[in-house]
Amino acid sequence: MLKKRLIRILAGAAVYIAAILIDIFAGLNHWIVFGIFLAAFLIIGGDVIWKALRNIARGHIFDENFLMLIATVGAFVLQDYREGVAVMLFYQVGELFQSYAVNRSRKSISELMDIAPEFANVMRGGKLETVDPEEVEAGEIIVVKPGEKIPLDGVVVEGTSFLDTSALTGESVPREVQPESSVLSGCINNTGVLTIEVTKEFEDSTVAKILDLVENASSRKANAENFITKFARYYTPAVVIAAVLLAVIPPLFLGINSLDVWSEWVRRALTFLVISCPCALVISIPLGFFGGIGGASKWGVLVKGSNYLEALAKAEVVVFDKTGTLTKGTFQVTEVHPVEMDEAELLELTAYAEYHSNHPIATSIETAYGKEMNPERLGSVQEIAGHGIEAQVDGRTVYAGNAKLMELKQIPFEPVHAAGTVVYVVVEHQYAGYILITDEVKEDAKEAIAKLKQLGIKKTVMLTGDRKSVAEQVANELGIDEVHSDLLPADKVEQMERLFAEKSKNGKLIFVGDGINDAPVLARADIGIAMGALGSDAAIEAADIVIMNDKPSRIATVMGISRKTLNIVIQNIALAFIIKFAALMLGAFSVATLWEAVFADVGVAVLAILNAIRALRYKEQ
Amino acid sequence: MKKVFILENLDCANCAAKMENAIGKLNDVESVSISFMTTKMVLKADEDKIDTVIAESKKIIKKIEPDVVMKPKV
Repeated sequence: MLKKRLIRILAGAAVYIAAILIDIFAGLNHWIVFGIFLAAFLIIGGDVIWKALRNIARGHIFDENFLMLIATVGAFVLQDYREGVAVMLFYQVGELFQSYAVNRSRKSISELMDIAPEFANVMRGGKLETVDPEEVEAGEIIVVKPGEKIPLDGVVVEGTSFLDTSALTGESVPREVQPESSVLSGCINNTGVLTIEVTKEFEDSTVAKILDLVENASSRKANAENFITKFARYYTPAVVIAAVLLAVIPPLFLGINSLDVWSEWVRRALTFLVISCPCALVISIPLGFFGGIGGASKWGVLVKGSNYLEALAKAEVVVFDKTGTLTKGTFQVTEVHPVEMDEAELLELTAYAEYHSNHPIATSIETAYGKEMNPERLGSVQEIAGHGIEAQVDGRTVYAGNAKLMELKQIPFEPVHAAGTVVYVVVEHQYAGYILITDEVKEDAKEAIAKLKQLGIKKTVMLTGDRKSVAEQVANELGIDEVHSDLLPADKVEQMERLFAEKSKNGKLIFVGDGINDAPVLARADIGIAMGALGSDAAIEAADIVIMNDKPSRIATVMGISRKTLNIVIQNIALAFIIKFAALMLGAFSVATLWEAVFADVGVAVLAILNAIRALRYKEQ
Repeated sequence: MKKVFILENLDCANCAAKMENAIGKLNDVESVSISFMTTKMVLKADEDKIDTVIAESKKIIKKIEPDVVMKPKV
């Protein structure tokens, strides 16, 4: 399609150059020269004329085809053949360029999103069948060979391999998987053959969710986009009316009977029309935002709409959840302090007491214990909410919990002040020691906060349900301005309301969480960012921006992308308005000819598009 | 119900906006969104009215940009 248009334009341009040469050197009859110019004109602009006429027939008058038609026909009537053809030629070159640029960016965006698996090898009746991923049901067994995409979310049954997750996370380090690892659709299997049990059907799989999200991203439009659409609706008719007035009114006063006066003002009006075409704005602004969203997805950040990208540039306060966002959220037993028993025994008893709990703390104790567990050794278990657990292990009564539990059970104990979670253990009403569990701060958390400060974020806040000592230690280490600890989910919303009241009117408040338990806060914030969203559907749904891996430093990255995109959009609006306005004035006062007019239209559009494409590429400073 | 279409040959952002506007004004349309970049149109309407809505939308699109073809997304 593009090639055909290019050939037609080149052919037309050749005829046009021939026509100019003949006009200058051959001294042929005026009508022959006119004929050759007309031929060039029709070759180049035939489709524009056809579209303009067709649209007029359908009652749509004020479009760019129409503008071009009257401008060029007008030029011919005034016997400015060269200008007439040139206007059409440049217009078409510009259009071609626009189509090319749009195609390119559509392509690079679909390449970014090229994570959709084409097929699945499913085990059915002892044989391997290749089917569409949508036809595979949960519970079926699929086989993924090296180099293939994992088609559906699942759990590895057999095989070990390294997965390339870069299409989802922007992360270049491959991830190792082995039996029982869960794997996500969209990753590429690098080294070994994997046998996988499917856990989700295609439409619920990670890849389907992400694709859906990105493809629908542009339906939430930024204010700048809406403004331009509205603007264009009134602008084109207004300019046409202005042009008509420009052509008619001055001659009425300056010389109603003089053909020269009329042709002069009509020429000015035509110039005015050509300049006025709003294409540069209408096309480059959505393109810029789309490029920004595409560029962000290259970094493993999904932005759900250009409105969020726009808002992000005005961020003023960034509120963080602690666990899983700034810290790894994987708790580790770092110290075991028994009293009158050995470490192994204390750990064993606690692990059994916590056997039924899924709390991360409990899991970390189980992991530290690391041995096969026999549930028969466990008697009755009672959970005391907010305190801990009471359990019978090997017939002995074990309490495991926080200081409040010790007070409740009236056990004399030595309070421990350490950064981390302390689990006190009591065996048969005797204090038996404690286990210290800590959560590591993420490697790039400090850098993430520092970068946000550099970008001019006024305040960073951490909200956590964790204890004060832990929260403050983390906040100090990372350089966070404000910290609130011991919060229940409802308290978090309350804190958000307070922060809303404190910030400036136009500043935006961002909340960053891992999507677990903080859906209400994610929703309340101007922009909710979910972290480490791979595998967490709730987070993908609740958030406005999703960071696919768990690096908090990507917040600064996407803010950088947002600022760059917005800068480009503002540059384009300014560029288009200033040049067009200047050219309109020059046209009206007859300083600018049709040649300048064509530049003001096509040149600006092309520059704006080239500028907009920059939004797609973002490099970290 | 929701239907997704691909608008082939959609190469003018302004027209996409016009189409979205005009289709959005149809009586039985719950919501419509056209993405110029992905050339996708997402149309929502009541189950028993969707066919008329699709037919009307096709007409509107034809009227605004005769070159654009509305194809169901596979």
